[in-house]
Amino acid sequence: MSDLVAGADDAVAGRRRRPGPLVPMLRVTEREARIWTRYWQTSLLSGVLTPLMFLGAMGIGLGGLVDDARGPVDGVDYLAFVTPGILAATAMQAAAGNSLWPVMGGIKWEKQFHAAAATPISPGQVFGGYLLWGAARTALNATLFVAIAALLGGVPSPWGVAAVPAAVLGYVAFAAPITAYAALQDSDVTFPLIMRLAIVPMFLFSGTFFPVRQLPDWLEPLARVSPLWHAVELCRGATTGSLGALAALGHVAFLLVVIGLGCRWSVRAFHARLAG
Amino acid sequence: MSALPSRSDPSPLDDAGPGDEPLIHAKALTKKFGSYVAVDGVDFAVQRGEVFGFLGPNGAGKTTTMRMIACVSPITDGELRILGMDPRHHGPAIRARLGVVPQEDNLDTELTVWDNLVIYGRYFGLPSGVIRERAAELLAFAHLEDRRDSRVDPLSGGMKRRLTIARALINKPDLVLLDEPTTGLDPQARHLLWERLYRLKREGVTQVLTTHYMDEAEQLCDRLVIMDEGRIVAEGSPRELIERHSTREVLELRFALPDEQDAALPHLEGIGERVEPLAERVLVYADDGDAALAQVTDRGVRPHSALVRRGSLEDVFLRLTGRSLDE
Repeated sequence: MSDLVAGADDAVAGRRRRPGPLVPMLRVTEREARIWTRYWQTSLLSGVLTPLMFLGAMGIGLGGLVDDARGPVDGVDYLAFVTPGILAATAMQAAAGNSLWPVMGGIKWEKQFHAAAATPISPGQVFGGYLLWGAARTALNATLFVAIAALLGGVPSPWGVAAVPAAVLGYVAFAAPITAYAALQDSDVTFPLIMRLAIVPMFLFSGTFFPVRQLPDWLEPLARVSPLWHAVELCRGATTGSLGALAALGHVAFLLVVIGLGCRWSVRAFHARLAG
Repeated sequence: MSALPSRSDPSPLDDAGPGDEPLIHAKALTKKFGSYVAVDGVDFAVQRGEVFGFLGPNGAGKTTTMRMIACVSPITDGELRILGMDPRHHGPAIRARLGVVPQEDNLDTELTVWDNLVIYGRYFGLPSGVIRERAAELLAFAHLEDRRDSRVDPLSGGMKRRLTIARALINKPDLVLLDEPTTGLDPQARHLLWERLYRLKREGVTQVLTTHYMDEAEQLCDRLVIMDEGRIVAEGSPRELIERHSTREVLELRFALPDEQDAALPHLEGIGERVEPLAERVLVYADDGDAALAQVTDRGVRPHSALVRRGSLEDVFLRLTGRSLDE
């Protein structure tokens, strides 16, 4: 039977090796990259400029007051404290933005994910390729952000480069489960609610702008189970060079568990939607 | 100009014998969604080079059958072999050799016509050089050369459809699946599309299409099955089906008022082979429609209008399903 397949396409036949699951996935990533090349300037501008504005307002503007009034926060000036917070929170927001409406569009509205699933690419690979693209874009945006923040004095430790993979980890930890959720919805009515009731509170209260110990006692444990808190701690540990190996490992493990569950859920959701 | 996706070049395996094996073979094929039976044990086979149709009303199970053939919907029961393979185990290998034109266009509307073809070629893992060559041929095939660099969004419905078909041919498929290819198109765009599909057929591309347009099925299909409520109720070429289930001609009588129609019916008895009263008209099945009309007039029946036309698949469908008959 495999002979039949070999004869399928003379152009492919010559270079036929059974591709692993990664190759078809990368073709979906490639599509996203091609689309991105049409608007990369705006994408970069909003992906890097927005967090830089936060950095200017909070880190430098507000930070001046904080430093004058009470001195260092967790051993660093406020700019250095808030830089990794903004980095991780931006990655989370990008994850929500990329995983709600665009996923519904690919499955229900414009259905380009169906178009991909009609080819040798499987539904799980469609998901994986899309996720990978978001991660790659986050890596790019985070690199630029960290570099500029470092010039401004927001990254005191050379470990700061590790904040980029930490931010990417945070991105995926949000993107994977949110994608699954969005894939399974029949309409986008709940999406603004998710932004307002989950993303915004996490953005504000997960150690982004102030240490979670400032929170009321009953709220603090809640903040510690938020994936964003783990991502922020990891980024902050990198940019300030202050995180112990064990703590770092703990945060990475937490995020990896969320990613694992999220991916599993998403692969199932994509199978149900694209090949049910 | 053998631009297109012809699969005329025989692979060694074709010479070896199984060239006669049907491209699609379904036996007692069944699809259930919960307790709802969408496709209820259908048998059919599609041979290489033919245009095979699924004709039926909405909800007949046509699209579900197509999705099973496209390997994007697992079968619930029965047997299905596509290109000699089992979709349960060889989905990606089968899909690599299919061209799928879905009911609703799912093009990348933000991208250009050209990029749509290129990206799809990449999905099949084709090298860039091959994609460029084929995409250029396919643009010509789809009459979209001068739209190469325009975005898809502003294209007309007919153009988008042609692009979707061109896109489905980028991998030189053995089998092209078209789900309701002309639904929603104006008559001119439909005819242009039909003409493109004829050309594919001439180049030897096997096509499977679904439609609820009787004229489309008659125009395009070598062979078709009529589906109703998940079952196949008849199978054959359009001509065979019409000969078997209809008459050569059909006389359509319309009356000004429903009462007049009711009053006329007893007088029509015995004219032609069969008289079918519908809600808005009466169909008289007769090999000679004019002679039947003469009989009608002789008996003193005065319809508001009378039309003699050839028997069609519509008549076959009415006959087989009893749908829209006033009984």
